[in-house]
Amino acid sequence: MTILQGKQVSKSGASHGSGHIGHNDPDDGFSDLHPAYSTLQAMAESNRCLYCYDAPCVTACPTSIDIPGFIRKISTGNPDGAAKTILSANIMGGTCARACPTEVLCEQACVRNVSEDVAVEIGSLQRFAVDHLMARDELPHPFKRAPLTGKQIAVVGAGPAGLSCAHRAAMLGHDVTVFEAKAKPGGLNEYGLAAYKMTNDFAQREVEFLLGIGGIRIEYGKALGRDISLGALRDGYDAVFVGVGLGATNELGLPGEAFDGVDDAIAFIEQLRQTEPKSDMPVGNNVIVIGGGNTAVDAAIQAKRLGADEVTLVYRRGAEHMSATEYEQELAKINGVVVRHWAKPVAIKANGKLIGMGFEKTELQNGKLVGTGEKFEIRADQILKAIGQKIKTDDLAGMEIAGGKIVVDENYQTTASGIFAGGDCIKSGEDLTVQSVEDGKQAAIAIDAFLKTA
Amino acid sequence: MADLSCKIAGINSLNPFWLASAPPTDKKYNVVRAFEAGWGGVVWKTLGIDPPVVNVSSRYGAHHDQNRRLLGINNIELISDRPLSVNLQEIRECRKEYPDHVIIGSMMAPIEERAWKDLAQQIAESDVHGIELNLGCPHGMCERGMGSAIGQVPEMVEQVTRWVKDAVDIPVFTKLTPNITNILWSAEAALKGGADAVSLINTVNSIISVDLDSMVPEPMVDGKGTHGGYCGSAVKPIALNMVAEIARTPETRDLHISGIGGITTWKDAVEFMALGSNAVQVCTAAMIYGFRVVDDLIDGMSQWMDDKGYTSVEQFTRAAVPQVANWNELNMNFDTKAVINPDNCIECGRCHIACEDTSHQAIAMNVKEDGHREFVVIDEECVGCNLCYHICPVPDCITMEPVKTDKPYMTWPEHPLNPMRQAAE
Repeated sequence: MTILQGKQVSKSGASHGSGHIGHNDPDDGFSDLHPAYSTLQAMAESNRCLYCYDAPCVTACPTSIDIPGFIRKISTGNPDGAAKTILSANIMGGTCARACPTEVLCEQACVRNVSEDVAVEIGSLQRFAVDHLMARDELPHPFKRAPLTGKQIAVVGAGPAGLSCAHRAAMLGHDVTVFEAKAKPGGLNEYGLAAYKMTNDFAQREVEFLLGIGGIRIEYGKALGRDISLGALRDGYDAVFVGVGLGATNELGLPGEAFDGVDDAIAFIEQLRQTEPKSDMPVGNNVIVIGGGNTAVDAAIQAKRLGADEVTLVYRRGAEHMSATEYEQELAKINGVVVRHWAKPVAIKANGKLIGMGFEKTELQNGKLVGTGEKFEIRADQILKAIGQKIKTDDLAGMEIAGGKIVVDENYQTTASGIFAGGDCIKSGEDLTVQSVEDGKQAAIAIDAFLKTA
Repeated sequence: MADLSCKIAGINSLNPFWLASAPPTDKKYNVVRAFEAGWGGVVWKTLGIDPPVVNVSSRYGAHHDQNRRLLGINNIELISDRPLSVNLQEIRECRKEYPDHVIIGSMMAPIEERAWKDLAQQIAESDVHGIELNLGCPHGMCERGMGSAIGQVPEMVEQVTRWVKDAVDIPVFTKLTPNITNILWSAEAALKGGADAVSLINTVNSIISVDLDSMVPEPMVDGKGTHGGYCGSAVKPIALNMVAEIARTPETRDLHISGIGGITTWKDAVEFMALGSNAVQVCTAAMIYGFRVVDDLIDGMSQWMDDKGYTSVEQFTRAAVPQVANWNELNMNFDTKAVINPDNCIECGRCHIACEDTSHQAIAMNVKEDGHREFVVIDEECVGCNLCYHICPVPDCITMEPVKTDKPYMTWPEHPLNPMRQAAE
């Protein structure tokens, strides 16, 4: 399972949508973080867009969606046309509208920040358009397949990268088989994003929509290394795309890490996403979350919303070093999460059962993070680790790995000919859904070119 | 606070703001509310000969911008659909109760001398300050030979004006239609007929929109639509030009002008008066926001007058008229260039693309090392057209700076490239 660093919904007004939930009714805490725009709201906001030329927001989006173009279509009463503009660049524009850290991507670049200190809410407008189109079940899938090539492509992983690759490859006329280890498609969209960002089973609805193009078959329960191998796929298909994400989590390296109650935050989020009603999800009374990314924040907020008395997020450096965006950090505080900086975990305390964690304060000395020797303890009956994920290398024999990522050339091809890769398992941009979608799309285009010359 | 009182066609008014003849002045109830709100006068909704007309449903169409703000309205309503005696009785009551406020009686009749004279006398006997001749209504009444059917024929304009002038001894305003080729022909006709003033513009003939589901023009009357009269801020430029033409033409410049056409703010009113109006009439702005808009019309004009040192409205009335010229009188040697202030630029790029695609390729877009974009005017290519200045979303970011030149004032008739050139004296 990978973690998507820096992934959250963006909104200028952090206060709305941060509904506190009582201990009695955790289910209320997992409704939409930001309610969808009404048509009136969409019209008002779309008319704030200046329709910039060569717009900075487009440059700031990894998938280069024609943002002024789609916003103008909303403002003229053409939301379905807007959705097609979005989806032609980013077939998972619906998830990205909900989960992208727009405050550090498109909205950060909006020229309205300069003139008014308030960006156009591009994420909310994108969601409005895509939701509008997806709600119209009677419409055919908006993209047509090119004449069939007869080529067969294998895709490993039904996450954002794999599905994006599959969709674009199908559009280019190839037939695609996707192999997915889990029982459901969507990858992190289904398992890794906070529940209040992906309400109404959106990840599954989006996959269903995406598959509407045809030519894509998904085989579930097929794990790389267990049920399939890259070698066999390369032999059986004209090309292979690997979008396996980051399958392993980092360890604290402390005694007692296997103790009952010490969990991976990513597994916690995954279990929560799959639990209905949410009130069935177990959570500790006193929860410690270790980490500084958005997975840490997501886990902390959700633990609090599930009814934990105290949730403390501990990060070894300062707020400015956290990879969670400012908005996300603010959201944690609004939700009652206590955030402690400059402390590293040094001991897991247990007395038959988990009772707490020992920390040492930290500081920077000549740019290096060191312990100060000053220690403290926080009580806990649950500890969630969100200190990053890494690639599972066991099943990737035959291709070069560097810096914990699969090495690819400028065409997304790995060192094994005919095998391409994208998403969190390669080093492209940030580990974000939007980046994975772009990787998958570009890889499909590269595969198409590869197949034409092969 | 500056004195806003004014005089038009010999009538004194508390301020230059009257409500135009339209639904807002259809009855005593509205007129009382208007006077209480601060309007200086009203032109009562047009009166006709009984039996009263019958109106249809619905009556208004709208021209919105994308934020659903109303830029203009059109209507297919006719003149007052209440009995003449009721209207005249209410006018009498209002005159008694509000002796300091102006009431003008608007009227129209078929093109018969007796009809015009009888109706004008009845209205005058109700103690109105003046009579306005509705020669402009472009829908419904014109199909019956009235309204713009008269206003579009200068001889008829002159004739009915004269009939009414002969019949009554109070000021007569001839209200003109913009649905003609040259406003001066109707203005001159009104003058010849003896009009004390002209009122303009009446509404502009229009189809304002089409309902794309039913494929029927708006406003829809049981599956059909028709052309209506267009009003609101969208028609202001048309009206301003016509007012200025009358005010600057020697033959018509002595006519008093009651300016009408999209006046929404105090600035609009000042512009109308600067270009020749002695007072103004407002309708659509009141229909959109209510009579209370008069508060800012009065306050805004007054504040502006204080700022400029004007103590009476006459001091700025017609102040812009001498500067309205024919194209042939413009200085061909005057030159301006756009200047972009990089400190105010928000890098939207709209000036660049507008100039690049549709004008003179005079704004370069340079991407700097830090990724920021810089927009630079290429002086050799800039013709000073103003397009970038107008489309820039940031006020004062782009300015138009005159180019210093020692060239003389030279008009096209004097220009060396003019094959019909006349020798400069």
